[in-house]
Amino acid sequence: MEISNLTKETLIRMFKEGKRFDSRQLTELRDIEVSYNVSNKAEGSARVKIGKTEVVVGVKMAMGEPYPDSPDKGNLTVSADLLPLASPRFEMGPPDFPGIELPRLVDRIIRESHIIQLDKLVIKEGEKVWTVFIDVYPINDDGNLIDAASLGAVAALKNAKIPMLDKDGKIDYDKDSKESIPLTKDISPLSFSFFKIGDSVILDPTREEEEAADARITFGISKWNGQYVINSCQKSGEEPLTQAEIENMMSVITKKFDEVTQKLKKYI
Amino acid sequence: MAKEKESSFKRSDGRKLNEMRPMIAKVGIIPNADGSAMFTFGNTIAIAAVYGPRKLHPQHMQNPQKAVLRCNYDLLSFSVSDRKKPGPSRRSQEISKVTEWALSPALDLNSFPNTVVDVQIYILQADAGTRTAGINAASLALAHAGIPMRDLICSVAVGKLDKNLVVDLTKEEEDFEEGEGATDFAMAKIANSDEFTLMQLDGKIQPEVINEVTKLATEACKQIYEVQKKALKDVVESNGGKK
Amino acid sequence: MRNDINEAHDAEEDISSSGSDESKKRKVVVPGEVIVSGEDYLPGEGAKRLGENIISIRFGLAEELGRVIKVIPIFGAFVPRRNNVIIGRVTDITFYGWLLDIDSASSAFLPIEESPRFVNKNEMEQFLAIGDVVSAKIWSVKSKGIDLTLKGKGLGKLEGGFIFRVIPSRVPRVIGREGSMINLIKDKTGCQITVGQNGWIWIKGDNVDAEIKARKAIEFVTDKVHIEGLTDKVEKWFEENK
Repeated sequence: MEISNLTKETLIRMFKEGKRFDSRQLTELRDIEVSYNVSNKAEGSARVKIGKTEVVVGVKMAMGEPYPDSPDKGNLTVSADLLPLASPRFEMGPPDFPGIELPRLVDRIIRESHIIQLDKLVIKEGEKVWTVFIDVYPINDDGNLIDAASLGAVAALKNAKIPMLDKDGKIDYDKDSKESIPLTKDISPLSFSFFKIGDSVILDPTREEEEAADARITFGISKWNGQYVINSCQKSGEEPLTQAEIENMMSVITKKFDEVTQKLKKYI
Repeated sequence: MAKEKESSFKRSDGRKLNEMRPMIAKVGIIPNADGSAMFTFGNTIAIAAVYGPRKLHPQHMQNPQKAVLRCNYDLLSFSVSDRKKPGPSRRSQEISKVTEWALSPALDLNSFPNTVVDVQIYILQADAGTRTAGINAASLALAHAGIPMRDLICSVAVGKLDKNLVVDLTKEEEDFEEGEGATDFAMAKIANSDEFTLMQLDGKIQPEVINEVTKLATEACKQIYEVQKKALKDVVESNGGKK
Repeated sequence: MRNDINEAHDAEEDISSSGSDESKKRKVVVPGEVIVSGEDYLPGEGAKRLGENIISIRFGLAEELGRVIKVIPIFGAFVPRRNNVIIGRVTDITFYGWLLDIDSASSAFLPIEESPRFVNKNEMEQFLAIGDVVSAKIWSVKSKGIDLTLKGKGLGKLEGGFIFRVIPSRVPRVIGREGSMINLIKDKTGCQITVGQNGWIWIKGDNVDAEIKARKAIEFVTDKVHIEGLTDKVEKWFEENK
């Protein structure tokens, strides 16, 4: 159900008092669950649940040519399909803007954090490299798909193995592999999407809260040698963000990064 | 006929000729949907969601007599060894259509003119039997959505490996090459009746053997029906019917 | 206004096919399943006769009412019927009236003549703008669409508060027998509440906490599939969530 005028006004009033329908604080996240092995045909796969939001992410590997401007690096391709299975809002046919934006955001969150050592995915320089495909599918959309998707992508990458090659150098997907994708030690990016509703800013909205939002900003964040790094950022929506709001986000995001990283330790 | 041959022919995973892979069915897996379910045959995992009856656009597709049933079947890109490119293929479009035909005889859509009932089926992990697992999941999701149905639909593949009839083939069995090779016959039927709603065959099979195939499919469908029935009742018993 | 809305509910409850009488025998049935055998029984809604059996044509709770066997659905989309009181959201304004989203498969239309007072054609937006919410009654269901009216007690534009959705088939239990459940929740929270048969519910209270509590209580009711002793459970819930 799309947001109505009176519900939106009530949400603005509630957020002003720091309250939410599910009793969370404005920057409090819902429970997160991560599990693996969505598909044994994937090189790695993960299922992420944040409240009632659920996404599955799979990693597939294939051999291909490097891009001309990076002959010494493997390729990364992120795609997403907003399956009409996951929400009455998602329709069949060519993707609308949210369907285009989601994989682009996940791509930057992953790529710019340098979690994948693409230079170690070269089979023959200039000729043959590994392509890492990350495919994101929502199963149930109850808000905050982007953060769920980027978390799923990281989990699936950490779970992924490079497939074995046969005598002729062709991929044998059926052979068990022990070799993980080369990942940078200690780098594990997350994304946090802040939503502005009235004068309030919240994290991890439900679908209903997301509908009421006037603006969103998504940050990809990681930690390099103990130092927080913002790797990507995109503001969406017409409503501007004030300097004070941005400052506040920057103080919240580092705390949230540590908090979620800690919580995810039992999964990732 | 199966009895005598059972001793001589060994299936690669050690199953009896008429033995299905372990089945798991779960209803209510997608809170957003009006109805949803998962169904697995061994390593094949299908999920389905039903939305509707709801508005059908464009208008010229509407039927003033009843709701239109619209099925969409597809593989997730990482459900198969060679990554499947996202988006519909000719294969998935054909399966979507035969799935519609397999399910519609059980449905009574006359009370919902000009609307659509959308059935979305996706395969998370494929090891043969994806369309049949998808139909079983979809049948559950339709029932879960409260759509009037005269019965459930059960679906299974019956195969012929050389001269031996077996139920519920794996991918490995589909690739069987000895003797007469592998034949794969995907079937669906109305659970409590002898009417078949899906029949799709690839391979070679003698006309008189088809009669055996329908009998084997009927026996297998009885087991599927029990699994489906339990999954639906569990969603009420376990009080898990959240939306 | 509050009492008027109550009356609208009660009227709704009387014609609604499924009350919440807790003494009736109920069992979970799936489509095609034999509910009872014998020529004495008659198939009601959600059931049909096949040979000497009465079988279910819905997934739901089978119920015996004397000789009549019917099946009450527990899941599924809203199917509009004449006289249903529903909550809708204005999606468009035309020359002749308002188009509303009422979460049903056909579009709903509120003709300008069906507003509770005279509305000038030039001032339609002042009365109901896009995104506004009304409590309305369905006065006709045709294959091409649904017609609504605001003429009637407790109907009209809803101001303040918020709306949310529950599974439409759970609406009878939210209302309860002769409104017992909804009245309990109103008493305990002091909120005004209107329950649409389409599963959309409007709540308005004196403060945010009361509104949040009223919604949680209703969701407690709708999350339960079984309804035996539900009123007692809700009383207890309020004790535990003071």
